[in-house]
Amino acid sequence: MSFEDDATEALDIFITEARELLEALEEGLLGLEADPDAAETVNAVFRSAHTLKGSAGLFGLSHLVSFTHVVETLLGHVREGDVRVTPELISALLPCADHIAQVVEGVAGGRLEATPAEEAAGAALLARLTPFLPGTFTPAATAPAAPVASARADRGWRLSLRFGPDCLRNGMDPMSFLRYLGTLGTLARVTVDDSALPEAADLDPETSYLAFEADLVTDAAKAEIESVFEFVRDESDIRITPLAAASYVDFIESMPQRDRLGDVLLESGAVTPTEIDTALRIQRERSLSVPIGQVLIEEGIADPAVVEAALTRQRKVADTRSGDTQTIRIDAARLDRLIDLVGELVIAQASTTMLAAGAEAQGEVTRLIDEVRHSALSLRMVPIGMTLRRFERVVRDVCVDLGKEVQLTITGGDAEMDKALVERISDPLLHLVRNSLDHGIEPPAERVRAGKPAQGSLRLHAYHDAGNIVIEVADDGRGLDRDKIFAKAVDRGLVSATATLTDAEVYDLIFEPGFSTADQISNLSGRGVGMDVVRRNVAALRGSIEVESVRGHGATIRIRLPLTLAIIDGFLVGVGPSSFIVPLDRVTECVELPPGPRGRDCMNLRGEVLPFIRLRQIFGIPGDPARRQNVVVVEQSGQRTGLVVDSLLGEFQTVIKPLGPLFSNLKCVSGSTILGNGDVALILDVGPLVSEHTDLERARQAPLPVG
Amino acid sequence: MSSVELEGELTIHAAAEQAPRLIAALEEKSVLRVRLAGVTELDTAGLQILLLARREAARIGATVEFRDASPAVREALAIVHLDGSLEALP
Repeated sequence: MSFEDDATEALDIFITEARELLEALEEGLLGLEADPDAAETVNAVFRSAHTLKGSAGLFGLSHLVSFTHVVETLLGHVREGDVRVTPELISALLPCADHIAQVVEGVAGGRLEATPAEEAAGAALLARLTPFLPGTFTPAATAPAAPVASARADRGWRLSLRFGPDCLRNGMDPMSFLRYLGTLGTLARVTVDDSALPEAADLDPETSYLAFEADLVTDAAKAEIESVFEFVRDESDIRITPLAAASYVDFIESMPQRDRLGDVLLESGAVTPTEIDTALRIQRERSLSVPIGQVLIEEGIADPAVVEAALTRQRKVADTRSGDTQTIRIDAARLDRLIDLVGELVIAQASTTMLAAGAEAQGEVTRLIDEVRHSALSLRMVPIGMTLRRFERVVRDVCVDLGKEVQLTITGGDAEMDKALVERISDPLLHLVRNSLDHGIEPPAERVRAGKPAQGSLRLHAYHDAGNIVIEVADDGRGLDRDKIFAKAVDRGLVSATATLTDAEVYDLIFEPGFSTADQISNLSGRGVGMDVVRRNVAALRGSIEVESVRGHGATIRIRLPLTLAIIDGFLVGVGPSSFIVPLDRVTECVELPPGPRGRDCMNLRGEVLPFIRLRQIFGIPGDPARRQNVVVVEQSGQRTGLVVDSLLGEFQTVIKPLGPLFSNLKCVSGSTILGNGDVALILDVGPLVSEHTDLERARQAPLPVG
Repeated sequence: MSSVELEGELTIHAAAEQAPRLIAALEEKSVLRVRLAGVTELDTAGLQILLLARREAARIGATVEFRDASPAVREALAIVHLDGSLEALP
C-alpha cells in the first residue's frame, strides 16, 4: 500500500511536469516560427524535449521515450545549426507535440503502453520528420522546402471501404466511421455500393452488406486515417491511396536514399507500417520471388507511380553498393566440401538414371545436375596469370646471374584452371623456365654471331584446348640437339644404335631419368637433371608433356593438363564382366573391330595402320571375347591407338575416387569410380597404357644379341 | 398508393422488425410512400433496409417515395451523399 501510493504520486508528478514541459515546447515552437534565429528559444525547446524524454524513461514509458527521442534528435540538429528552422519544420513538429500530449493524457488515464492507434499515428508523424533529419549520404543537408509543401497541400485520399459482414453485429457501424472521417477533413465524394444486398427474403438485418468509396481531402497522414479503422481492420478490406500520386512522387524524389523499398515508402507516408506488414505477409504466401513493390500495387496499397519513384531511390543505393562486393573470400575447405557433395550428387543421379522411367523429366534433372556440377567446379577455377607472372622475377634474377638478356612475354594469363593444379604446376614450370634460360638461350655474343637479336625471347602462353589447359614454354634459343640426344641415349642403353626414331621420339628421351646433355655444370640447374621429375609431376596431374624444336631456332615445351581433378567426362566400356572408364577427352572415335587373324595387334583404319591394345589381355580378364568386339580409338601425344573392348556403354560423368596405397604401383590406372549400380570401374590412364604398349613393341623389334 | 410510417430507431436493434414490415408494404405496380418524420436514428443497418426496399420496388415494378425525412435521417444520408439520390425527398 505504501509503495503503491508512492509510485502513483511520483507518476502524478511526472504527468504534471510533462504537461508543463509540453506547454513550453509548444510555446517555443510557435516562437521559433515567428523568430527562427532565436538561439535561446531553440535551447529551451530542446531542453523541454530532452527533459521529457528522460523523465519518461524513469517510469519505463518506452513508447514515449522512443518517440520523444526522435524529436529531441531533430531539435539537437537545429541547435547545432545542421537543420534550418522553416515554417515546414514547425508544421511537422507541432503535431508531434500534440501527439506527445495525447500519449501523456493516456498515461494519466492509466494506460502505460501505447495503443496500436497511437503507434500508427506516431510512426506517421516521425515519417514526416525524416526528410528534415540529416541523411546518411547527405550530412547537414535538408530537404527542399517546395516539394514538402507541395506534398502536404495536395494531400487527399481515396478510400475503398469494404467492411466485414459482422461489423454491425459487433457494434461497429460503418456510417460512424464515415462520420468521423468528416471531422478529419472534407468527404468530397462518397459512393455507396449495395450490390452485396441479397434478395429481400434472404436479408439478415444484422449483417453489413454495404461498401463505400470516398474521397477525403485532408492534411491528416495516411497512418492517421488507417488508425480510424483499427478495430475493424482484421475483418474488413480497407484501402487508402493518395488522390494525387504526383505529390508523393515529388516528395519521394526529394528524400534521402534508403536500402529498402519499404523504408522509402514508409517514410514518405505513402504506406503505413500495417500495410507493409500486410504486403510482406502476402509476399511470403505467394513466394518471396514476387517483388514487394508489385504486391503493394496489386493490393491497391500504393500507386504504381509512387512505387516507381520509390524504386529509383532504392535502385540508386543498390547500384552504389554493388561495386563494393565484387568478390568474397571463402574457406577452401568449405569449397572442397561443396565439390565433394556435388560429386556424390553426380553418382546418385547416375543411379537414378538407371531406374527412371520418365525420360523427359530425367533429362531435365540431368541437365540441372550438370549445370550444378559445372558451377561448383568453376568455383575452384583461378586465372593462371598470377602464377605465370611470378616468373618475371625469376627471369630477371637468372639473367643477372648468367649474364644473359631475355625478354619474357606472358599471354593467356586469364585462362582458368583448378587452384590445386595451379599450385602443383608451379614447380614443373619453374624448372622448364630455368632450363630455357640456362641451356636454351645463348649468351648475347653467341646470339649475335648466329645472326639473332642479342636479347633472347621467352614466351609463356596458356590457353584452353579440347577440355584441357595448355601451357607452352617457348624460347628462341639453341633448340635441342637431336644428334647429341640420340648419341647419349645410345650411350645410356636407352635405345639401340640402329633404331630409327622420329624427332618427337628423340626429344622425348630428355625426360628419361638420369638423362642430361649439358656440357657445363651450373649452379642453377645442377647437372641438367630434372626433366624426368618434370614429367613425373605433370603425369601425376593427369597431364602430358611434349616437345617441339628446331635446331638453332628454339624449342617449345607444351604441357597439357585437365581442367580439374575431381570429376571428368568418361566413356564407359565393358570387357567381360569388368567395366572401365576411358577419359572422354582422349577418345576420338569408336569403330567395330573388323574380322582378321586372332593374334594381330593392328588394323586398317581408313587406309592407315592403327595399332591396338586388347584390354582383356592387359588386365588378364578371363573368358572368351565377345563375338563382335569394338575398338575405342584414343589419342595420346598426337598418336592414335585402339583399345579393344567387348561393349560400348556410353558417356558417364565420372567422380574420381583415389586408389588406395596398395595400388600405387599400378601404372595404367589413375583412379576408380563408383557406377550407378554400385560396381567399381577402373579409370584408365591412357598415357602410361599406350607407352607401356609402345615399349613392348620397341623391345620386340630390337635385334637379338648375337650369341 | 399506400403509405407506411417508420418511427423510432432505424438501426440494427430494430432492423429485424422494420425490414419485413417495409418489404411487405410493397405492392406490384403501385406507389409506396415511406414517411420518415418519426425516425430518431439511422445507421448502416437502417440504410441498407431503405436501399433494399428501393431495389425490391424496382424489381416488381413498384415505386418507393421517401418523404418527410427527420433531421437524423437527413444527417445520415448526407454523410453517404445519398441525400440527393433517394427519390422525392422534400
